[in-house]
Amino acid sequence: MPEPARAMAVAEAGDATVEPVERTMVEAIRLALGRAMAEDERVLLFGEDVGRNGGVFRATEGLQARFGAARVRDTPLSEAMLVGLAVGLAAQDMRPVAEIQFAGFGYAALDQLANHASRMRNRTRGRIACPMVLRMPYGGGIRAPEHHSESPEALFAHLPGLRVVVPSSPARAYGLLLAAIADPDPVVFLEPKRLYRASKEPVADDGRALPLDRCSTLREGRDVTLVSWGASLVETLAAADRLADEGFEAEVLDVATLKPLDLDAIVASVARSGRCVIVHEAKRSVGVGAEIAAGLAEQALDRLLAPIERVTGWDTIVPFPRLEDHDLPSTPRIVDAARRTLDHV
Amino acid sequence: MRRVVARFEIPYRQLLAADGRLVDGSAPVEHPAAALRTRLHAMLRARLFDARAVALQRAGQLGTYASALGQEAVAVGVAAAMADDDVLVPSFREHGAQLWRGVRMRELFLYWGGDERGCDYEGPREDLPVCIPVGSQAPHAAGVALAFQLRGEARAAVCLLGDGATSKGDFYEALNVAGVWRLPVVYVVTNNAWAISVPRRAQSAAETLAQKAIAAGVPGEQVDGNDVLAVEQVVREALARAREGNGPTLVEALTYRLADHTTSDDARRYRDESEIAAHRAEDPIERLRRHLETTGALAADELAAFEAACREEVEREARAYLATPPQPAASIFDSVYARWPEALEAQRIACVARAAPDA
Repeated sequence: MPEPARAMAVAEAGDATVEPVERTMVEAIRLALGRAMAEDERVLLFGEDVGRNGGVFRATEGLQARFGAARVRDTPLSEAMLVGLAVGLAAQDMRPVAEIQFAGFGYAALDQLANHASRMRNRTRGRIACPMVLRMPYGGGIRAPEHHSESPEALFAHLPGLRVVVPSSPARAYGLLLAAIADPDPVVFLEPKRLYRASKEPVADDGRALPLDRCSTLREGRDVTLVSWGASLVETLAAADRLADEGFEAEVLDVATLKPLDLDAIVASVARSGRCVIVHEAKRSVGVGAEIAAGLAEQALDRLLAPIERVTGWDTIVPFPRLEDHDLPSTPRIVDAARRTLDHV
Repeated sequence: MRRVVARFEIPYRQLLAADGRLVDGSAPVEHPAAALRTRLHAMLRARLFDARAVALQRAGQLGTYASALGQEAVAVGVAAAMADDDVLVPSFREHGAQLWRGVRMRELFLYWGGDERGCDYEGPREDLPVCIPVGSQAPHAAGVALAFQLRGEARAAVCLLGDGATSKGDFYEALNVAGVWRLPVVYVVTNNAWAISVPRRAQSAAETLAQKAIAAGVPGEQVDGNDVLAVEQVVREALARAREGNGPTLVEALTYRLADHTTSDDARRYRDESEIAAHRAEDPIERLRRHLETTGALAADELAAFEAACREEVEREARAYLATPPQPAASIFDSVYARWPEALEAQRIACVARAAPDA
């Protein structure tokens, strides 16, 4: 059985002496990949155009030159294969990190995720595990062609055995990706591509992993809880600013790991505020927001002061770029939803 | 201007004729007589296991089961060609190969009896478990082979698939990448003529399935899949090429599924008894037995003695399977993740509480 302890131990120990540098999310991801490869020779990267070209978003730029073409591999154009390849590598105690260029092309690999990656450990009763990471740029907002702006996280979150992780900032991308690579189970790592170069923040290459399966509180407040993940947190935090202008304190939670879901943290916040708005780009019906709302109904119904609101992509096909802003959760939509919860009597 | 830019040939290999004699032009069999008997025994052992599994299913003591009756030469020939530290990536009708490699009968019974522990092989720890979604194991074999290549190990992966699997994208995608990277992997298609009710000719217009390798830049060969010695020879050569860094091979082994697709199937709905009868004459076990008898390498009572010992093993293993208590309810949570997530702990508690004797 693969032994995950080594990489994890290094990652958790960290290196406190490294100075933080202002970095974009895509730089932070590249940094984490390089760090993981340097620390564990079992880690290898592969996908379409990840090698010489450094990835279509340049997340793997320079890594082939640094680690060689054997460990940073360009694959044939073959999404299902590269996830299946990762299953075989992981069965041999390697630590594959596969990239699918856009999450919309990950549908082709659902069979490998659902039938193999997610269940190899269970169906062999632990004899063979699947410590792999599938990285996919996801979400809308960059005016990309059709099929390039999908938010399919709920499809992956529905599958037992997988973890689904979404970073929301450069520092969180660095720490969560290190944690995902060190994790002994398969992780679908969805990178909000709208955030790749949207802003910088200090990121230290200290090798320190952030905990998976945990929400984090980005902003504290007692009047209403805003719950989101990934790129939608930009609009959600902006909504919190607007609400502050109106005299309301919004607490903002970054869910970060969508499966398994840290419902306790969300319940604790909503128990204090009594009001909850869930924000996600993904389609509404049977989305992760519905899971959160159901969990709140089960565990915090008597603390709710207003119906739970959801601000999501509509149940339409993701619009082509000219109309995509009508689909993406906007700050005004979030503020309106929050006001409805605050106005409820 | 018009010219031919590519041509291909698909060789076909056979050593033993149906009557057990060497086919014309074949070199003498290299194996010593004892090794030939080992292969005969392995095929017989697989068949007796198979028959017991079907009987257990008919008695309501096993779940749906996929018989490999008549296909034993492919599984045994492949396994006999492999080194112990190679890795087998099987489909779901390959217990002849799995038994050869040390998977226990009780494990296979457990698997088909609906118990995950049947995939936790005590013997070949690195072999992948049975794969049910057809052809989806093909890229796993490429991944295993890539691990060998990266670590510089002289090992190879062997992937067993059926004829139906060659219509799937997984098969093409895996063969393609294996060709590009010259991975140490051998794909063996057990062409048993039927994919449930769909005959080979309705599966593909290609003249052979072996030629599907050509498009991937991989050598493709056909072999008589009822000739265990030919299967072993072809696969042994392919494995040698793989281990020497000369890349993958696709082998198409031609055999016949004498049984229904599974115990849930009734092949009389879609194929004629006369067709089956014709193929019974090609029985791989009979063929090797006749060869050994012709060459004087099999004593008259030896096979009967081995069969008796085998039946004893099968019964002992069946009893061990039937005496194995089910796993506790909590076990459905224990191996989903390395550690069941705290965030989902309430589900586990609810299930275990309900499963308690007094709940």
